[in-house]
Amino acid sequence: MSTETVHHTALTLADHLPALQVLVTFVAAPLIVLLGSRRLAWPITFIASAVSLVIAALLLSQVLDGSVISYHMGGWAPPLGIEYRVDAANAFVLVLVTAISTVVLPFARVSVESEVPKRHHVLFYTSFLLCLTGLLGVTITGDAFNVFVFLEISSLSTYVLIAQGAERDKRALTASYDYLIMGTIGATFFVIGLGFLYMATGTLNMADIAERIADQGSNRTIRAAFAFIVVGIALKVAMYPLHRWLPNAYTFAPSAITAFLAATATKVAVYVLLRFMFSIFQPAFLFEVNTLEFIILPFALVAMFAASFIAIFQSDFKRMLAYSSVAQIGYILLGIAFLTETGLTAAIVHLFNHGITKAALFMAVGAYVFAARGSFYDDIQGLGRRLPWTSGAVVIGGLSLIGVPGTAGFVSKWVLVQGALDKGWWPVAMLIVASSLLAVIYVWRVIEVLYMRPVLTDREIRSVPAMMLVPIWIAALSCIWFGLNTDMTLNAAQAAARGLLAGTTGMH
Amino acid sequence: MDNFTWAFIVGHMNYWLFIVLMMTGLYIVVAKGNLVKKIVGLNIFQTAVFMLYISMGKVAGGTAPIFPIDMNIDPDVLYSNPLPHVLILTAIVVGVATTSLGLALIVRIREEYGTIEEDGLLKIEKEIARQEAYLHDEEIGEQAQ
Repeated sequence: MSTETVHHTALTLADHLPALQVLVTFVAAPLIVLLGSRRLAWPITFIASAVSLVIAALLLSQVLDGSVISYHMGGWAPPLGIEYRVDAANAFVLVLVTAISTVVLPFARVSVESEVPKRHHVLFYTSFLLCLTGLLGVTITGDAFNVFVFLEISSLSTYVLIAQGAERDKRALTASYDYLIMGTIGATFFVIGLGFLYMATGTLNMADIAERIADQGSNRTIRAAFAFIVVGIALKVAMYPLHRWLPNAYTFAPSAITAFLAATATKVAVYVLLRFMFSIFQPAFLFEVNTLEFIILPFALVAMFAASFIAIFQSDFKRMLAYSSVAQIGYILLGIAFLTETGLTAAIVHLFNHGITKAALFMAVGAYVFAARGSFYDDIQGLGRRLPWTSGAVVIGGLSLIGVPGTAGFVSKWVLVQGALDKGWWPVAMLIVASSLLAVIYVWRVIEVLYMRPVLTDREIRSVPAMMLVPIWIAALSCIWFGLNTDMTLNAAQAAARGLLAGTTGMH
Repeated sequence: MDNFTWAFIVGHMNYWLFIVLMMTGLYIVVAKGNLVKKIVGLNIFQTAVFMLYISMGKVAGGTAPIFPIDMNIDPDVLYSNPLPHVLILTAIVVGVATTSLGLALIVRIREEYGTIEEDGLLKIEKEIARQEAYLHDEEIGEQAQ
């Protein structure tokens, strides 16, 4: 740690990038409220998000060579002060989150206009920015308690955003309430875990905790902390038996919010899970307690099948995608459960690939809701020819969801199967392929509805504006781009996986 | 069982209270059907965690962690650990925000549904889902034939 430069003594703006990453959106949020102008709300949100994307890209370019940026908040050196810590793994997540929000926002402008009452727009974009701030903060901070604070900032604004769907369907309110209860229980479990960690180690800085755990080995307090933290974060990840909040929340939230949350919120939670499992608790510790093999692995497999199976029988496109999200999170957790470099690489790549796939699909759902005023299969039937661009993106996203070669989904599933075979777990590899067949069924149902059914003549279909189509196609084309050009994602994920498996040494 | 003595039980009093309070809160959240009561349960659950943190900052024989104004610190004086208390200040703010948001949602739910009992809400939602299924599934089904 002594080799790192102390950044706060430098006075250039570039040295403060880690702080600006969180501050730009955080300051823009109250600014919108103070200005109180509906016309200015969206441009300010978009600019703040775009600036964050630039900052995240700059940070990533600084750490791609494997170095670590340690930023001392307010000039207080860790472990006493709060430290922001950027390495390859979280810079990657920062870019994903800011990129998705910047792509979704132009889409949101039209979609929100038609789904959320006008008097809520200013506060809507404020909540959006706060949610983004929270997600970025969770990702960038190197202080364990700071993770909790930012997690709650993002969660609280998420509850507000989901409830905004009440204009279309009043069940958004109960969905938001359910998520509030479960999310708060999860966050409180997480805090209890942190309390135990603090009892055992006397520090809150992640690198410092890791060092002290390595020194004292595992004991009952640390094992209890591990259990509480994993359960708490698993609720946020929507790990299979703790996923009950997700389908309703995703179904009834405004379309733009569903696209944003599906691509970022659960992914950031997965990142936190990885960070705590591998950087704070050691991989050796994970082997010892066997949690991964006996708890996460079976639940991941159950998620892949049960959720896919439920998705097949839905009659609402949006709800079908929500259940498919639960199944896809199963793949990510499966990769983590392998506890090998290939497995972790698969998990991190899938985290990214599934993020862009679901962003494209949920935005397409939003376009259907805009055009046909509904996302049920009978609302959207026959729209394949009426809305060729939107439906084309659905086909690409659907193929990526199945994992057809040439799309992003294929890359991650391929690495995942490889990981299973490396471990000699061929039944698991068979199950991955089998559950992909279930994905074929539910994606095929949508494509059949879109292209092989007649349009209901009594329905008025609005055309989808370019402001929606461009973001949808950016996401859809990136599904293909990252399916053909795998070097970038695979290399970044491999570097991150290697760093995580190195345990504490990865923190230095 | 050897170390399960009276001293052990009394010495860990704060943990026993924490567990009882935490389980009470969690039970209320799960068992009560009234949405407001669920929020109350959530509050009790969170308060239990505040207690855990605050009691863990206590150092036996330690005094309040306030330095004298002239900053002449007597090295013999033992201070309690103030850090957990500060953390809990943040957690209390988070708890207040969660409670107020939860209550605001309940107000809106009551406006839309006319009830805040879980049973009533479930019945209304089941009815909506049934009508939705009737409306959307039937149509698809008829055309398939």
